[in-house]
Amino acid sequence: MAEPSGPTALIRLRVDGRDREVEVDVRTTLLDALRERLQVTSPKKGCDHGQCGSCTVLLDGRRSLSCLALAVAHDGAEVVTAAGLGSPDDLHPVQQAFLDHDGLQCGYCTPGQVCSVVGMLDEVAQGQPSHVTDDLSGETGAVALTDDEVRERLSGNICRCGAYAGIVAAARQAAETTEAVR
Amino acid sequence: MKQLTYLRPTSAAEAVEAVTGHPGACYLGGGTNLVDHLKLGITTPDRLVDVNRLGLDTVEETETGLRVGAAVRNSDLAAHPVIRRDFPALSRALLAGASGQIRNQATTAGNLLQRTRCVYFQDATTPCNKREPGSGCSAIGGYGRYDAVLGASEACVAVHPSDMAVAMSVLDAEVVVLGPEGERRVPFDELHRLPGHHPERDTTLEHGELVTAVELTRSSAARRSTYEKARDRASYAFALVSVAAALELAGDDVVDVRIAWGGAAHKPWRARTAEQLLLGGPLEEQRVRDAVAEELRPAATTSENHYKIAMLTGITARALTRLAVTREDAR
Repeated sequence: MAEPSGPTALIRLRVDGRDREVEVDVRTTLLDALRERLQVTSPKKGCDHGQCGSCTVLLDGRRSLSCLALAVAHDGAEVVTAAGLGSPDDLHPVQQAFLDHDGLQCGYCTPGQVCSVVGMLDEVAQGQPSHVTDDLSGETGAVALTDDEVRERLSGNICRCGAYAGIVAAARQAAETTEAVR
Repeated sequence: MKQLTYLRPTSAAEAVEAVTGHPGACYLGGGTNLVDHLKLGITTPDRLVDVNRLGLDTVEETETGLRVGAAVRNSDLAAHPVIRRDFPALSRALLAGASGQIRNQATTAGNLLQRTRCVYFQDATTPCNKREPGSGCSAIGGYGRYDAVLGASEACVAVHPSDMAVAMSVLDAEVVVLGPEGERRVPFDELHRLPGHHPERDTTLEHGELVTAVELTRSSAARRSTYEKARDRASYAFALVSVAAALELAGDDVVDVRIAWGGAAHKPWRARTAEQLLLGGPLEEQRVRDAVAEELRPAATTSENHYKIAMLTGITARALTRLAVTREDAR
């Protein structure tokens, strides 16, 4: 029988390619563990209730809301934040696309938007349908990433500045570049 | 937030034991609802029992259909090829819910057991019989746009928020539950309950009982099924009303029809009166509207939620008339 933890627990995470170890209060969200304990400040705290998407990270490869995940439950996980996707000298194609299309104004939601687009493109590559996909069967081939598809698939990321037109264009450009890479 | 301890069992039986003997314990699945409630002070457990690593995250084919593990993520279930082919209403319902991120985190059992989005339930500063039994209902006479129109009580007018559960209601699902006495199977319609005098109880599960799987049975109607949802914005919003519908025709006649509504009641509302009225005749829009009117005869509404009557009627007529012209090869 596993024993319950005390009020704190030691956890290990691989964050942006680095192995980290930290003692957290059981109540600590993954977002707070990253920002407050590990000084990984790329994911942002917007609403802290899963409504805005600014805390989005890639958690074991899937886009996830770090504000609704308890750090202790993800002991051993791999976390990639927007800062871990590329560097100023070597931008990830999604980061470059946001620059090319002015997919931001103040930039606060951008790390979450970028991680969400990266995760979303992977979901599309796996053939996952969305609410606006007409044909569920998947027999008609790959999902065409139309503006409607992008808007639906990114609805969990709010941009208070309203840079949505640029974000949609950036996502579509990134889809083309990453498809070429793939 | 109250201080917590955390436990990560390695088997379902161990998880059940850890919660059953501990009144302040609760299960932690994807956390997308629970973690929010911990922050808001809506629920105050002192121990979390993590059920994410119990090996309950697979979808298996059975002789009669599919067995969906309790920890299967909503995104994986929506994209599963057999779900898309044989149970399209379930795929559609999952895709209509939440956001891409949340669907990656939320689990099958967690989706079933998510709690109402009634604004008063979520505001710990207001009376709410569901959150604090006996404290009163702020929604009655308060902001009532989302309130139930069927099966509500003087104690509670909240609605169940799940899209997925509405689809499961028409798919003859069975919920597999493990408790201290062993396993039992709950017909889907008997999992959630109407509020009555005890709105604090969303389901018929006892403390410590763990949902381990949901089983789905294949049928012609399940194969010709869909889900439609009306909401305040195009995406990432809870339903005002929704409908799951499944249909089997022989020639022009309805030989099997199943209708369930979301946003209507404290549980997914299986519209059995309407189903009975539609059997044996052609699937025509006016017949659907008349059948829905009978189902809604006991509805109780206020000026704020009366719009749901017309919306349920329209969305049900649309879903079923679309299904009726769905060709086998287009599914």
